[in-house]
Amino acid sequence: MTAQNIAAADGTGDARLDGADDAGDARLDGDVLLRATDVTKHYLLRADGLARRRRVLRAVDGVSLEVRAGETLGIVGESGCGKSTLGRCLVRLTELTGGRVDFDGQDISTLSMRRLRPVRPGMQLVFQDPQASLNPRRRAGDIVAEPLLVHRYGDGAAVRRRVAELFDVVGLAAGHLDRYPHEFSGGQRQRIGIARALATNPKLIVADEPVSALDVSIQAQVLNLFADLQEEFALTYVFIAHDLGVVRHVSDRIAVMYLGEIVELAGTEALYEAPHHPYTQALLSAVPDIDDGGAVADGPPRERIVLTGEVPNPVDKPTGCPFRTRCPYARELCALERPRLTPTGHGRRTACHYPLTSA
Amino acid sequence: MLQFALKRFGSALLVMFAISVLVFLIFFATPGVDPAARIAGRNADPATLAQVRHSFGLDRPMPVRYLLMMRHLLVDRDLESFVNRGSKVIPQILQATPVTLSLVIGAALIWMTAGIIMGTAAAALRGKAADPLIMLVGVVGVSLPAYWLGEVVNLITQKQLHDSVFSWVPPPGYVGLSQDAGQWALHMLFPWLTLALLYAGIYARLLRGEVVTALGEDYTRTARAKGLSERRILVRHALRCSLIPIVSLFGLDFGALVGGAALLTEVVFGLPGIGKLTFDALQNLDLPVIMGTVLYAAFFVVLANALVDILYARLDPRARHA
Amino acid sequence: MPEPLLDVRDLRVSFRTRQGSVTAVDGLSFSVAPGEILGVVGESGSGKSVSMLAVLRLLTNPNVTVSGEVRFQGRDLLALPDKEMRAVRGREIAMVFQDPMTALTPVYTVGWQIAEQIRAHDRVSRREARARAVRLLSDVGIPDAASRVNAYPHEFSGGMRQRAVIAMALSCDPALLIADEPTTALDVTVQAQILDLMRELNGRGSAVVLITHDMGVISQIADRVLVMYGGRAAEEGPRRAVFHGPRHPYTWGLLDSVPRVGGARLRRLPTIAGVPVSPGALPPGCAFAPRCRLRHDRCAELPALAAGNGDAGHRDACWLPPDDRGSLRLTARAAATEGPGTGPDMEKEATA
Repeated sequence: MTAQNIAAADGTGDARLDGADDAGDARLDGDVLLRATDVTKHYLLRADGLARRRRVLRAVDGVSLEVRAGETLGIVGESGCGKSTLGRCLVRLTELTGGRVDFDGQDISTLSMRRLRPVRPGMQLVFQDPQASLNPRRRAGDIVAEPLLVHRYGDGAAVRRRVAELFDVVGLAAGHLDRYPHEFSGGQRQRIGIARALATNPKLIVADEPVSALDVSIQAQVLNLFADLQEEFALTYVFIAHDLGVVRHVSDRIAVMYLGEIVELAGTEALYEAPHHPYTQALLSAVPDIDDGGAVADGPPRERIVLTGEVPNPVDKPTGCPFRTRCPYARELCALERPRLTPTGHGRRTACHYPLTSA
Repeated sequence: MLQFALKRFGSALLVMFAISVLVFLIFFATPGVDPAARIAGRNADPATLAQVRHSFGLDRPMPVRYLLMMRHLLVDRDLESFVNRGSKVIPQILQATPVTLSLVIGAALIWMTAGIIMGTAAAALRGKAADPLIMLVGVVGVSLPAYWLGEVVNLITQKQLHDSVFSWVPPPGYVGLSQDAGQWALHMLFPWLTLALLYAGIYARLLRGEVVTALGEDYTRTARAKGLSERRILVRHALRCSLIPIVSLFGLDFGALVGGAALLTEVVFGLPGIGKLTFDALQNLDLPVIMGTVLYAAFFVVLANALVDILYARLDPRARHA
Repeated sequence: MPEPLLDVRDLRVSFRTRQGSVTAVDGLSFSVAPGEILGVVGESGSGKSVSMLAVLRLLTNPNVTVSGEVRFQGRDLLALPDKEMRAVRGREIAMVFQDPMTALTPVYTVGWQIAEQIRAHDRVSRREARARAVRLLSDVGIPDAASRVNAYPHEFSGGMRQRAVIAMALSCDPALLIADEPTTALDVTVQAQILDLMRELNGRGSAVVLITHDMGVISQIADRVLVMYGGRAAEEGPRRAVFHGPRHPYTWGLLDSVPRVGGARLRRLPTIAGVPVSPGALPPGCAFAPRCRLRHDRCAELPALAAGNGDAGHRDACWLPPDDRGSLRLTARAAATEGPGTGPDMEKEATA
């Protein structure tokens, strides 16, 4: 069975590298490209001088989701909610503590590194800080060419052609090929990072806060680039961000994370219109609205809910519902039992004992 | 805290054991070293040699010999020198310790004071002419070898100018603090300065870098926005934070110096300290003395490290919980 | 209009670098009335932080030259002797910085650092200063302030530290608080708490200058808005006027290019082409002209900050005809939303 899997993976990898968009048309809207099942990632903290007990940081704590081919799944949450760690788990940049991840019909969470290799070109990552994720001593062209060389794309001329093509696609000039990362602006560096991710013709791109380090005007340019590329290459995105406006703009569906768990998963419009989880509600209400007198139609003003306190330490997660310590609606049950992510209508799922469905 | 202390103590014992074994093995593995021949003296006949071997236990297996030596050194405290018959190791070390401590503590006070003042001043005056000048003085200090500097100092104070400017300088040697505090200080003055000059430069240089960094930190800007005086910002905020890395370095240097690294200064100025004792013992391949001084040195290095850790936690609240 | 609390005239800040002199703030004028909140908005390199540091004379680098006039309660701060300036800092004008993680000295307790500021300005005993520190911490919403006053900065979370920094800034009841991106490093739910806190202290009479890149934050809290670009004021006016009827093309771009949490979702966002101008490469004319979709010949000349039609308090620096900005904005937005295939690719052009 494994042998067949490898063969299949090899075949797919080659086809993708050849640039043939083979599956694009055949894929039905709604095919699941990536499925995470009960993914956990725990870190053991070193025992310090006094405390004997080794403490466990539950960065990702039982996350299940699926990403359909061609869609953008947004993952949103505050710092420390585990969204970046989850992103790394999804493309197996980090080993899972538990659960499994299926990509393109194959369980990648248990594959050996050698067998993972042919799968890698199909899933790529774009990082937050383009400054830190690009080797400062290499030219932009070489950075983009690297994945092509690693995955044996073709001879030197073919690689050069492909790199030039990628530069054009992401909106960089051919004259930029020989420049070093520090000679670029933040937005251009992020374009290099995107070109590198696109090099191997991936099906899936996991973008971890790709625009949060950029100026507002540049952020819009890069977001547009993401939209254009998705259309052109039928890409599937997992888009991780803390900015609720950005996530709303790019995502078809959104998973809201809190302390390593998904508390709500819903279609974008529905989620922003009427959040089912109290945390989502509070999060949305905390975003400062731009009141421009309706020049860009904003929705009706929302009720403001200012949460007290801050996110608890993921080392000492509250019992029961992780959000109960800050939840304005928490009741007795919330401390006793951890709510499961359960359907709350219209394909939405919410992990709350008392979801805000009636409101 | 108790657990921390026990842990430190345990690791100190382990370090000292390892060092003692190492010294022991190196000593006996060195070719041409036959302690019996040294003890028995030149041209001793084979019978005498055999007798010496037997009486010193040198014909026993190595582990036994090691244990015997350790017992004499640590339990009976009557380990004798191989070279000077009858002179015991422990009293020699006890006699040399105050000399070395006098030298190193005095020098440390001088170099820390000078280093902190020079380093802070240079950092505060960066961009002005005084900064490179102060640093140049520092480099000169670092570049002068202690034995050379010591000899030059001796030459000037004891010979060239002894009749005029430096007539008050006593001849090289040591006077105990309890005997005559004034004479003690007078005898130690030039050794102190010589040793301190070397280290003051290094510390000034390091501290300048730290303070310059600290002056660019956000908290310095906050302090300025609070309306504090430049002097207070420099001393209470920038310098205070810069001292943290300096202290750990100081602990290491201090431990090593007390352990015998002030050897050159001691030799040049005729101070009968630990360095000098070790130096002489090494020249005579006098194992018991070497063993004693090495263990003593290891003890001080480990002790200094433990003190640094405690001081570090005092200076940096972030280190208290980690 | 009441007598301004802070009145900055023709402020210029330039840095001497190896490549020559770089102008970070170029003839900026603005004022803050007592008790008002002025929001200063702009992208990186707009000079918004540098100009506020210049006001407090916190630019200590010897390669910096500051000129102009900074009148605060009738005195010119730029001409004040150092000692008197120190009495202004922290006592009459307090400042809060962006990153609460690094803003406090790590080796002293939070309470000690607040007391230090109090004792720098008021002749009070250690005890009294400490008691005031506890009160301040409790005022800014730190629970159990009496014991938290002894905590070190690293024992606080980011939001708590920012509260502590604000408590410190408030310790001498300053007439003006300058806050430089005080919520940028914080999570959105914590940001909401801090903004509430700023509103509250404004309610107690302090004027606030809030520097931010977030139009949403400005929209929520500011009475007046100053939009900066390339070290100059692009637009300035009451919040409502600026947000409901923005006049400068750069303000349009800022407002349009932010993805919102409400309203219609667009497939592509309207963008501002190119990259923010860097202080070393200011064009002689309008700084925004190279990125402006409505630039024309006049733009080679430096536009003055002037009132358009009617409202004297709402001024902008742009050569476009003053009376038809609404429809021009729609034209610009349509151009800004074009896909990559249509129209000239401005970004490549601007960055090549």
